[in-house]
Amino acid sequence: MSSTRACDTEPMSTSISVPGASVAEAGPWLRAWRKLRRNRIGMFGLLVVLGFVAMAVLAPWIATHDPIAANWSAIRKAPTSMSWFGTDELGRDVFSRVVWGTRASLLAGVVSVTIALVLGVAIGMVAGFFGGLVDAVISRITDAFLACPFLILAIALAAFLGPSLSNAMIAIGVSATPVFVRLTRAQVLTIQVEDYIEAARAVGCSPLRIATFHILPNITAPVIVQSTLTIASAIIAEASLSFLGLGQQPPDPSWGSMLNTAKNFMDNAPWMAIWPGIAIFALVLAFNLLGDGLRDALDPRHR
Amino acid sequence: MFAFFIRRLVTVLPTLVFVSMLIFALQQLLPGDPAQILAGEDQNPELIAQLREKMHLDKPLPVQYGYWIGGVLQGDLGESARTGQPVLELILQKLPVTVQLAFMSMLIALLISIPAGIVSAVKRGSVWDHSATVLGLAGLSMPNFWLGILMILFFSVELGWLPASGYVSPFENLGANLAAMIMPAVVLGTGIAAVLMRHTRSSMLQVLATDYVRTARAKGLRERVVVGKHALRNALTPVITLAALELGTLLSGAVLTEQVFTIPGFGKLIIDAVFNRDYAVVQGVVLVTATAYILLNLLADMAYFVFNPRLRH
Repeated sequence: MSSTRACDTEPMSTSISVPGASVAEAGPWLRAWRKLRRNRIGMFGLLVVLGFVAMAVLAPWIATHDPIAANWSAIRKAPTSMSWFGTDELGRDVFSRVVWGTRASLLAGVVSVTIALVLGVAIGMVAGFFGGLVDAVISRITDAFLACPFLILAIALAAFLGPSLSNAMIAIGVSATPVFVRLTRAQVLTIQVEDYIEAARAVGCSPLRIATFHILPNITAPVIVQSTLTIASAIIAEASLSFLGLGQQPPDPSWGSMLNTAKNFMDNAPWMAIWPGIAIFALVLAFNLLGDGLRDALDPRHR
Repeated sequence: MFAFFIRRLVTVLPTLVFVSMLIFALQQLLPGDPAQILAGEDQNPELIAQLREKMHLDKPLPVQYGYWIGGVLQGDLGESARTGQPVLELILQKLPVTVQLAFMSMLIALLISIPAGIVSAVKRGSVWDHSATVLGLAGLSMPNFWLGILMILFFSVELGWLPASGYVSPFENLGANLAAMIMPAVVLGTGIAAVLMRHTRSSMLQVLATDYVRTARAKGLRERVVVGKHALRNALTPVITLAALELGTLLSGAVLTEQVFTIPGFGKLIIDAVFNRDYAVVQGVVLVTATAYILLNLLADMAYFVFNPRLRH
């Protein structure tokens, strides 16, 4: 029974304080945050992302018009002081639609990456932890998923599931899962041979406990970096699926579907094609900058 | 060397098998009777019966898969529910268009990324390096269909220099063909150039730090010879493999780009199939794309092996 008791105590903190180091009192997360705060480009990315989050949350107050109310007397009007980004083919205010469209893009980015993260980390842990035949089968299936180009797989999944924003999110999430499986598996394989895992085994911790309390906290950093960068690709993927008509369905606004419509009116309403694109570009760039900054802050090799 | 090739081939086979299973499994996602859905909008009862018979829907799943993969191996990817044409025939019709687009895009990507990557590595920390990094990140964050729209707005609508759409076969009129293909190729190429430039830069930086480059410099060779002859050759070998990996991005991107510029290729085929609920065509396109991607990567691996004598021992 004593072995169970040994295992019941809280696992050792993952921050190993180096004697004499000036930052020894600060935990690894605080240290990473301090490092990120000094990274101007990364912080710029973070601020832009937070700006978009605020825009999504406060959309009802920021938008100047109803994003789905058609106005037949103001069809395809160039930008004015009344409607800053002009109006679309149904007389809807483009600015308000871009503001509301933030919700679809952020939601798609976060939900699909959450799907990929949960599935990928769980499957990757199983593969790395059990090894042998389980690992071999999981790795081959992962290879098969990775062999299908990301967007083509997402298109195929969305096609069979039926076009809707939620199905697009599932399709993108499933298509992004293999990346997390590979990352997690590789991390588990390197960590598994560490002494503290050996020690945890020696005191009789169950595999599940080792996985959740000893391995999981130690793979969080690379997973966070990968998630941030994957959100960037997921937002582009959602915009792409919506552009193809497989994502957000009309009349609800999404940047991708706005561009899809804008494509038909390039001769006489170019403003319809400008702003949704700038929004996608800015949000994706911000996530990429933040991801790079996080990698510099969290990856021990960059310290 | 032969043993290496055989080993690589053996690892590719299970991947191909799993890919085919994955694509076969897609139709399990369809709600309801696959035969009825696959028959398309007409709901021709004859076709439904024929499909049920052909897909062996009364048999268990593994048996269905067996029949399906047996057909695939003999080049039978099923028929289009819309036109009744064999899927393989449809794909072979559209394939050359996308191959030309992919080839032109890759050429543009290499022409931009390799010089840019070399310059930023050689002049590390310079204005060139920083602007290349910024442009590279911008390229990664730019949705390529939007870049396509912007190019149409500028070069077709504003300047009237290039056609916004209207594909012409190169055998009919090469000039018109290139005029229609250049914008999509630039759109796709620049996206990949961003990634390849990063790879070229880091690979070049690694090589420039090696002993043999220092030796070459120490014996008084001119910098141009050191970079061009000693460093570049070694730096470019890993870039071959990485360029092959980008073929996936290229094929994904082609779907969107072909849609923007209305080019009748592979991407247009899969999207039209999606909207016509022509599932056999969707499955066929994904299967052919994934197989092509796997085989091209295998080839790139082998090329890497041939170009890198150190691996032979």
